[in-house]
Amino acid sequence: MTFSPSELDKLAALACLDISREERERLGGELARILDFVRQLENGATDEVEPLTHPLELSQPLRADVVAEPVDRERYQRDAPRTESGYYLVPRVIE
Amino acid sequence: MKPGVHALLEVARNHPGRVARYYRERIDAFNDRLNAFITVLDPPPRAEAPKADPGVLAGLPIAHKDIFVTRDVRTTCGSRMLEGFVPPYDATVVERLADAGCVLLGKTNMDEFAMGSSNETSYFGPVRNPWDLERVPGGSSGGSAAAVAAGLVPVATGTDTGGSIRQPAALCGVTGLKPTYGRVSRYGMIAFASSLDQAGILARSAEDAAWVLRAMAGHDGRDSTSADRPVPDYVAQLAEGIRGLRIGILEDCFDTGLDPEVGARIRDALRVMERLGARLCEIRLPHLALSVPAYYVLAPAECSSNLARYDGVRFGHRAEGVQDLATLYRRSRSEGFGTEVKRRILIGTYVLSHGYYDAYYLQAQRVRRLIREDFIQALSTVDLLAGPTTPTPAFRLGEKTEDPLTMYLNDIYTIGVNLAGLPALSIPAGFVRGLPIGLHLIGGDFNEGLMLAAAQAFQGATEWHTLAPPGFEASGP
Repeated sequence: MTFSPSELDKLAALACLDISREERERLGGELARILDFVRQLENGATDEVEPLTHPLELSQPLRADVVAEPVDRERYQRDAPRTESGYYLVPRVIE
Repeated sequence: MKPGVHALLEVARNHPGRVARYYRERIDAFNDRLNAFITVLDPPPRAEAPKADPGVLAGLPIAHKDIFVTRDVRTTCGSRMLEGFVPPYDATVVERLADAGCVLLGKTNMDEFAMGSSNETSYFGPVRNPWDLERVPGGSSGGSAAAVAAGLVPVATGTDTGGSIRQPAALCGVTGLKPTYGRVSRYGMIAFASSLDQAGILARSAEDAAWVLRAMAGHDGRDSTSADRPVPDYVAQLAEGIRGLRIGILEDCFDTGLDPEVGARIRDALRVMERLGARLCEIRLPHLALSVPAYYVLAPAECSSNLARYDGVRFGHRAEGVQDLATLYRRSRSEGFGTEVKRRILIGTYVLSHGYYDAYYLQAQRVRRLIREDFIQALSTVDLLAGPTTPTPAFRLGEKTEDPLTMYLNDIYTIGVNLAGLPALSIPAGFVRGLPIGLHLIGGDFNEGLMLAAAQAFQGATEWHTLAPPGFEASGP
């Protein structure tokens, strides 16, 4: 298989990544080789096989609806690149 | 020979502070050569009054892989994305080992977001193998493996998504344990592929690993996938030995791609187990050959979803001088992630996208079931499975960085275990061309105790695990 530059751009847009012109050629070849490699999966006889999503097949437990830990916004926001008055700052989204 | 956990606890009890100081000084003396640590910490000054219950591992130095979040201690996951991240809480593993009395001496280097098999994808530079500084230590828990091998810490934590504890353990000549999926809490362990990730241990011996596992395993209400079942006394179970155990040799692993000298050493190790009273037989797993392709659909798929959280807004790297939100996300992620991480996010995005989901993702999940069923079937006839941990000993730095697929195939013997969720460990089993190699043991669900007892019996009859790399010999505190 191959990746055209426009297919690669579409994939990068879905993944929210920029791909530079230099990266594009190498990455296109690598992704194609990896996907060709995983196509061996077609050799598995899986007609009657249910997909296994998780090794333990647990059910999701419920817990009581009680306060477990306080929300320390000031501490959490110390790791944020930009905040103001308790809000996270992003570039303007409304004109 | 370096002392084990049991002996170190004795010294720590009689001479408070001495053990931690000894290892801290070794880190200072040797880390420049190895680059095994991203962050080095000073042991806390001795408490005024000793705690009422100092814990079963009181005074035992430990290093955590830099994938476990540590409260107020920078946690990078080997990535530029988290270069300045100082978490507000401790991972459950960190908390439990601190409660048991462990002294944290640092955070170890790793492949970026645990994606890699050589430690060369770390933003903080590659770790070097103490047995040959021109070779890789394996990955992704390469810093933890190198640190234990060189005697910079007696034990360290690691994580294993496709072999990331066992492969570096094999290449550095230490004992590496990946518990059953769900045995150890994943809370506070930075996510890569959530249905495969599991925390474990790098140590000198199976006995040392048993001491640490007993303290870190168990149910955690903050991880809905942690198993709610009692934690056995793994240390007491060590005495159960290997006599009478049925061990199935994974013959598929000897067929192709295996360095013949590695194969010969593994056969020698299996003969030792037989002499100790184990009964050997041959096992074939028909779908094992599909484990690498299944993994390279499922792990990237889960990674592309897990790593969507890095947006440059709430924490992590943020691009400068950007005028709109979409560009902020894209630029922050493109600057923050390295090449291998981007490659896997793109693969994951592709296999989950409309039109390909059934052919790749669902098909890989179906194959995953076939692989698990192969293992469960085999483990209904034997107690343990055994084979080589890796196809070759440690390779040279740079040798496999050009071709991702060649690098991926390095985990060919370990990946199936993660897909199946089973516990496994790698123990030192000899040397090939002066480099250590590992024997891989695989157990049934939650059968860590049996596996550790077999490994302990093997280590009682061999001395591979006691050897130190030249230049890193240590007498102990």
